[in-house]
Amino acid sequence: MTQRTATPALPLGDDALILSHRLGEWAGNAPVLEEEVALANIALDLLGQARVLLSLAGDEDELAYLREERQFRNLQLVEQPNGDFAHTIARQLYFSTYQELLYAHLATGDGELAPLAAKAVKEVAYHRDHAEQWTLRLGDGTDESHTRMQRALDALWRFTGELFEPVEGLDTVPWPALYDRWTARITAILERATLSVPEGPQRGAWTAGGGRQGLHTEPFGRLLAEMQHLHRSHPGATW
Amino acid sequence: MTTARPSGTSTPSAAAASPADTGAGAAPHPADWPLWEVFVRSRRGLSHTHAGSLHAPDAEMALRNARDLYTRRSEGVSLWVVPSAQITASSPDEKDEFFEPAGDKPYRHPTFYEIPEGVHHL
Repeated sequence: MTQRTATPALPLGDDALILSHRLGEWAGNAPVLEEEVALANIALDLLGQARVLLSLAGDEDELAYLREERQFRNLQLVEQPNGDFAHTIARQLYFSTYQELLYAHLATGDGELAPLAAKAVKEVAYHRDHAEQWTLRLGDGTDESHTRMQRALDALWRFTGELFEPVEGLDTVPWPALYDRWTARITAILERATLSVPEGPQRGAWTAGGGRQGLHTEPFGRLLAEMQHLHRSHPGATW
Repeated sequence: MTTARPSGTSTPSAAAASPADTGAGAAPHPADWPLWEVFVRSRRGLSHTHAGSLHAPDAEMALRNARDLYTRRSEGVSLWVVPSAQITASSPDEKDEFFEPAGDKPYRHPTFYEIPEGVHHL
């Protein structure tokens, strides 16, 4: 397997691939047809990004289907289960806000990721808008939707610290500044939605590392089993 | 998706027992979301054309759903959404008096004069 494991395209590609798979799990299960199409569109945008990024790192199919859990470099945030709709929206809000800020920065540079980032940042801006619209409506909706949205934001908060761990190969990214801008945006939207910014730690105290080091949470194994099963059972299968 | 609740006979417990209810409490069920008509302008210079309809809780979400449902293959450069309830439509019962009288008046069509030579795209 020819891989350039040092390229930052690998961790960013893994983020897009794994979140795309999670969003795809909503197909057939979303609360309404219109929202199902919206989530599937976002999933397909991310899959397109993943294909470009993983192709920069090696053979996209080998990387997606034949790596073991510890070889994936995605954030633990994106592998978290969909939960209820509020959990999916909270995950989308945290991640797409981060991804938009990161891609906007990469697009201004001249690295190998700049062309992809410049194109993808428009897609991601829409993903962030979608998450914000739902955050506003769920937060400022009924008692039930407010409670569920706050619960989801709190539950996923401990995975947000990892977003701003420097990624190897992305040396020009000002990570602390990115974190400040992310926090400001999240704070602003949660205030508008009458929700509270979670107060707990932004990383799990027990973790020796994170997804960027190949250390993943328990639900990730089952996600990989489903995603890789077909290719591993029928190598080289095509449509 | 269109599980209409019989008005006057449904009790709160009966409504809560709906299998599609995602636990939204007193919130309107998605089936109760209003219907919106979607109009897409395919490119500059053309009119907005009716593309279809969708459900959404409010106008902003209707616009976003319309973007995802009707322009994902580059069909448009502009979108309108209009509450379906705001559209006044002619009734099929009035078809005869509305439309039939125009049927036998071919002189209303601009087909009775020669097109001058050299005029294209008419």
